[in-house]
Amino acid sequence: MTEFFRPTRRGLLAGGAAMLAMPSISYGQSDVVKIGHLTPRTGFLGPLGEFAVNAATLAAEQINAAGGINGRKVEMLFEDSVNPQTASAKAERYIQRDKVACIVGEINSASALAIGQVVQREKILFINTGANSDALRGSDCRRYMFHTESQNSMMVRTAGRAILEQGLVRGKKYYALTADYAFGHDLLRVAKRFLGENGATVAGEDLVPTELTDFSPFLLKLRQARPDVVICNLAGAQITNFLKQYSEYGLRFPIAGFGFDTALAWGAGTGNFLGTWPVVWHHLVDTPSAKAFTAAFRAKAGKPPENQGWSDYTAMRVIAQSMNELKSIDATKVVEHLEKGAKFDVLKPREGYFRARDHQLMMEMYAITALPADKVQNQFDIFSSSAAIPGPSESLEAIASTPEENVCNFPS
Amino acid sequence: MEIVFILEQVLNGLLIGANYLLIALGLSLIFSLGGVVNLAHGAFYAIGAYLTVALSPTIGFGGAIIVSPVLVACLGLVIERLLLSRFYRGDPILSLLLTFGLAMVAEQSLRMIFGAAPVPFSIPLWLRGQVFMGEFIYSKYRLIILAVAVLCVAGLWLLLKRTAFGRVVRAGVQNPDMVAALGISLRPYMTAVVMIAVGLAALAGTMMAPVTGVTPTMGAEILTFAFVVVVIGGLGSFWGVVCAAMIVGVVRGLAAYAFPPATEAAVYMLMVLVLLLRPRGLFGERIQRFE
Repeated sequence: MTEFFRPTRRGLLAGGAAMLAMPSISYGQSDVVKIGHLTPRTGFLGPLGEFAVNAATLAAEQINAAGGINGRKVEMLFEDSVNPQTASAKAERYIQRDKVACIVGEINSASALAIGQVVQREKILFINTGANSDALRGSDCRRYMFHTESQNSMMVRTAGRAILEQGLVRGKKYYALTADYAFGHDLLRVAKRFLGENGATVAGEDLVPTELTDFSPFLLKLRQARPDVVICNLAGAQITNFLKQYSEYGLRFPIAGFGFDTALAWGAGTGNFLGTWPVVWHHLVDTPSAKAFTAAFRAKAGKPPENQGWSDYTAMRVIAQSMNELKSIDATKVVEHLEKGAKFDVLKPREGYFRARDHQLMMEMYAITALPADKVQNQFDIFSSSAAIPGPSESLEAIASTPEENVCNFPS
Repeated sequence: MEIVFILEQVLNGLLIGANYLLIALGLSLIFSLGGVVNLAHGAFYAIGAYLTVALSPTIGFGGAIIVSPVLVACLGLVIERLLLSRFYRGDPILSLLLTFGLAMVAEQSLRMIFGAAPVPFSIPLWLRGQVFMGEFIYSKYRLIILAVAVLCVAGLWLLLKRTAFGRVVRAGVQNPDMVAALGISLRPYMTAVVMIAVGLAALAGTMMAPVTGVTPTMGAEILTFAFVVVVIGGLGSFWGVVCAAMIVGVVRGLAAYAFPPATEAAVYMLMVLVLLLRPRGLFGERIQRFE
């Protein structure tokens, strides 16, 4: 007889939330390895969550086709993380009721922090695939939390290098629009440091509420301030809105941004997508494993994967490879294995590894720049890409935060 | 210079207000006549936008702007007849639950059909461009939205004020029992009002699809603002809603100018202020059955 629900006090609390979800029957861990996927499926980050789910599903299928983890099949569980409170409750339920081997996902930095606290208490591995805030790798770091998603410092230095080369930083005035929540504040802090160090001055700075959909008052402000470059540090679907309305008002200042996802460029569409942006990966990366992933994802989802898909796919492969190498699913062993600098194919020219100091995946990044409308062939290939950053002769840590900038002490 | 810029923000705010107007008017109409708080109103706005994206490649944006609201009005007809009409006389909480459920079903259906990612859609070439008036800049497309909104408001006002249909609807808002006593059934009028209201919401969705992200959540995002407009304007007041939409647009523009983090909050603060000073809204009428 399989046990459906063990009535503990915490379980009862989590069970309240469970009433809304589809009940999944819990088997013992013996025949399958359960992996709990938790990411926003609705709200302003929902568009990215869909790519995450498709990619994680694809990865699980491929892992199972290759023999699973230590001979056991991988079984994926999926949940919408909604907000930090719900994310925390669902993470607890995954661990206590479903007995997952690890948790993968998240995009919202505040929710990732909430999950990080749960996994630290329960000693279960969590790979954050979408939250960028440097604080998650610094003051809020956790021993059981790893990050395949790039940190804000990496995003800023990647796009920063590209716009520095375009002559948009030194001696120039910038106007920054920033999403008014944890991610935006963190990004703005890192961006200002980079721009200041490289000789740019402020023409204007606005914090923008995340619910805002109409940017016309801000477009008028931009037009009046006449900056040399517009720095767009908005979040999620807001970037799509902003780009569409920027085109609508016919403003001509160059645009760059430090936080981005390719789905947002696709959503804005040809002609509306402008400027230079950092991405952790894109579907035009030309390595054998990247091409294989893009082809498999296309066949499954009918569109190319975007960077959020890459992150969840990579996290799943990291987990499977580590557990297979260790012949164990023990979280603490996996944490130690990753901290020792195990190398992984991350679908880019160079292999990646997790930095022991803050658990950030060290890897190459790309700066993408919108193609002029007359050069666009189809609705997805609407940008050109820089070569991998940092370059082949540099350390992968060249773009990541330094120990002085971001201190992580791993609270026990 | 600064004064000129503030004036530019005020005028731009009036344009933003026009976006909310079409939705808020419908919301107000359905509530005034049926007593139903239609939480699904934003869903019709979203469906209108998605239909426009889906239909434009075949019939063009010009065609979609007509066909999409008409199709949504027909959907409104079905929903009104099958579902809403059962709840006009019931506990308001029931219709609230029903329309909340409908909104969720609609949002999830859009997600399943079109995906969660924003669907690309741009202003058609023939409507693009900017209009410069001295120092001021306006998007040509927004001026067209304003024109469409003005036409709809004028049309709706004439319909309510100058026609037999409008007289029955207005009487129904004030005193449905008396209308019934005179031997007039309000049911066909209610159906027509719902069709007009959701059609206007879909028209707003169609007009906004090129300038805002077309995502499944777009309906929920706009609905809150539409509610605020109705509350500020006052129940049952046609011109109250019109004025409130414009005021809300202007307040947002000025907040973005003076203190950007409060761009959204300023509108809610305005609502609180209005509720404190005039609990029925700016031009709210005293409607006996809601007292």
